Amino acid sequence: MKTRRLISNIFVYIILGILSLIWMAPIVYLVILSFKAEKGAWHSYVMPKEYTLDNYIRLFTDTNQFNYPRWFGNTFVVAVFSCIIATILVLFTAYAFSRLRFKARRPLMNVVLILGMFPGFMSMIAIYHLVGIIGLDQSLAALVLIYSGGAGLGYYIVKGFFDTIPRALDEAAYLDGATKWQTFYIVTLPMSRPIITYTVLTSFMSPWVDFIMSSVIMKDKYDNFTIALGLYRMLERENIYEWYTSFCAGAVLVSIPISLLFIFMQKNYVEGVTGGAVKG
Amino acid sequence: MNEIKLMDAVKKGDWRVKASFLISGFGNITRGQFIKGLLLLAIQVLFWVFFFKFGWVYLQDIGTLGTQEMGFGEVDPVTGIRERVLGQNSMLILLYSVVTVFVAVACFATHLVNIKSAYTAQVAVESGKKPSNFIDDLKAMFDKNLHITFIGLPAVGVIAFTVLPIVFMVCIAFTNFDASHQPPGHLFTWTGLDTFKSVFVDDGTKKSQSFFGILGWTLIWAVCATFINYILGIIVSLLINKKGIKCKGLFRTCLVIPIAVPAFVTLMFMSKVLGDQGPANVLLESLGLPAVKFLTTVTPARITVIIVNLWIGIPYTMLITSGILMNIPADLYEAASIDGAGPVKQFTAITLPYMLAVTTPYLITQFIGNINNFNAIFFLTAGAPLTLDYYQAGKTDLLVTWLYKLTVSFQDYNLASVIGILVFIICGALSLATFNITSSAQKEETFG
Repeated sequence: MKTRRLISNIFVYIILGILSLIWMAPIVYLVILSFKAEKGAWHSYVMPKEYTLDNYIRLFTDTNQFNYPRWFGNTFVVAVFSCIIATILVLFTAYAFSRLRFKARRPLMNVVLILGMFPGFMSMIAIYHLVGIIGLDQSLAALVLIYSGGAGLGYYIVKGFFDTIPRALDEAAYLDGATKWQTFYIVTLPMSRPIITYTVLTSFMSPWVDFIMSSVIMKDKYDNFTIALGLYRMLERENIYEWYTSFCAGAVLVSIPISLLFIFMQKNYVEGVTGGAVKG
Repeated sequence: MNEIKLMDAVKKGDWRVKASFLISGFGNITRGQFIKGLLLLAIQVLFWVFFFKFGWVYLQDIGTLGTQEMGFGEVDPVTGIRERVLGQNSMLILLYSVVTVFVAVACFATHLVNIKSAYTAQVAVESGKKPSNFIDDLKAMFDKNLHITFIGLPAVGVIAFTVLPIVFMVCIAFTNFDASHQPPGHLFTWTGLDTFKSVFVDDGTKKSQSFFGILGWTLIWAVCATFINYILGIIVSLLINKKGIKCKGLFRTCLVIPIAVPAFVTLMFMSKVLGDQGPANVLLESLGLPAVKFLTTVTPARITVIIVNLWIGIPYTMLITSGILMNIPADLYEAASIDGAGPVKQFTAITLPYMLAVTTPYLITQFIGNINNFNAIFFLTAGAPLTLDYYQAGKTDLLVTWLYKLTVSFQDYNLASVIGILVFIICGALSLATFNITSSAQKEETFG
């Protein structure tokens, strides 16, 4: 029995080892290529012949065509503002649906459900012209509004969390004469740190990984590009020879903070998803 | 205090309330609630200014979406030069009309609030109280009426950036707003269900065969991407959590890092690695194997996108299911192994049925997510290989990437809208099924 278990465990170790290799290989290869000295994407060999740091340096010095530091800054600014607005809106919506009772509550929740089923970017052309009406076309402010404007629709996970906070606490606060706002601010919020972290981080990350909306809004306005859009441009046919290795470097640089954030909030993330979408 | 109903205001309101039917804020102003009344009045006045200065200009042409094309008009008898005619813009007519309708609805709602508020003031005076002052009203927004504040703010954003654009795009589906009807040069107009018809009935434009072809592939993709990910993810998770395995954390980290890196980065990178002359093929050739056109021939490309998606999907499933797998009672497995069931039998007879029962809602969410999985396809193949069988699409295009291309590259907005609506219907039907299955909608009241 014991030897059988040992053999099966060795077998499992081998499988897991191979899987880990397969899973890490593309990431490691991306990092290796970011130090590649030769230009271009296609070679007759797999591993680079020479290594250099120039790809990274070039991102920050050769900024005429591809202004990487500026895009990084743009994305950061958009992420910070849309994260603040989105978090507030999501907390408000979730609290209202979870704790406050009003006539339109159920119908509104159903409306949100329905709205969520439209493909998100179906209406991008309308949005493009709408931000034009308010004079924000091709601007970062437009992106902030777009990323955070519809945030209320994503209340579901936060509501699930609020639902688990005992109502008795609220009632105790009301008995002590607290207003509803005070109950929200003083009783509920301090108990909701995990879900607030989750909301802040997810809404902070979305501008970093969004391609569709920023490509529609910015069109050819290079100065206001976000990271995703800029990196995509680097790989277009006319740029790929010159910029492929710098693309790898830029991809590594943007991946580091985002990966760290993701790993940091992994636990909250799992709880969020399973809390909202798993029964039992 | 009893809730004030609009019908009561209509029936029992005095002359001041009745006057408020015409002049917003009248009832409030005459009963001393100056700030509130003046604000209501200002909204009414501003609305009519907006309506006549801006809204009506566009709204009056909503039936035709404009008749005056840009071009040259009559010869001016004095100068002998043909006058340039600016022409109308169908898209702006439609968009601004939708905006005007939304503003009108919002102002009408405010007007109803005004009537209620006038009657509330009347009731207060009749019962010998002073009508609430503005400060009290503001305070109520953070107490009794907190729901108005908490729903109102997000609702403004949602209406402006989600509802209004969707309404506009749904309207577009019933027009001929395509590449050959682009404002400002050309007008487009209402064409009823023509675009829907061209999607469902073969009319020689290849639109219907593209739609059904792409729909077929979208469903195959969604089924494969969801269920293969799901089953393999559970297996990997079981392997990592197997008794006696050390370095669980290390293996888990190795698997999680790929999904921590932004997907667009890895997918764009993979598309170059798997390119026809990319390192993957160089590696194959150096091993003496034939090169594979991973992303440029139909069947390999379809298999490749599914496999690359596994690379992202398996760790994700592993993350999500780890905790649930731990909840499966261990005695089930013990009983099974006493009865002589091997690991495979245990997996199919215990693990899978248990997981399916618990995670059905998650699976359906994933399925819908995969129908709309723009990134996996767009960054890897961008829909390639292109084909002449399809209208502006390639063999790995999903409905949503087709929609994106039709909008951004080909300006076939009406067709794109129809596809959006159809995707909505597909996802809606699926979600409806889910939310009937799941009990979580009823569960919420049981806490605390």
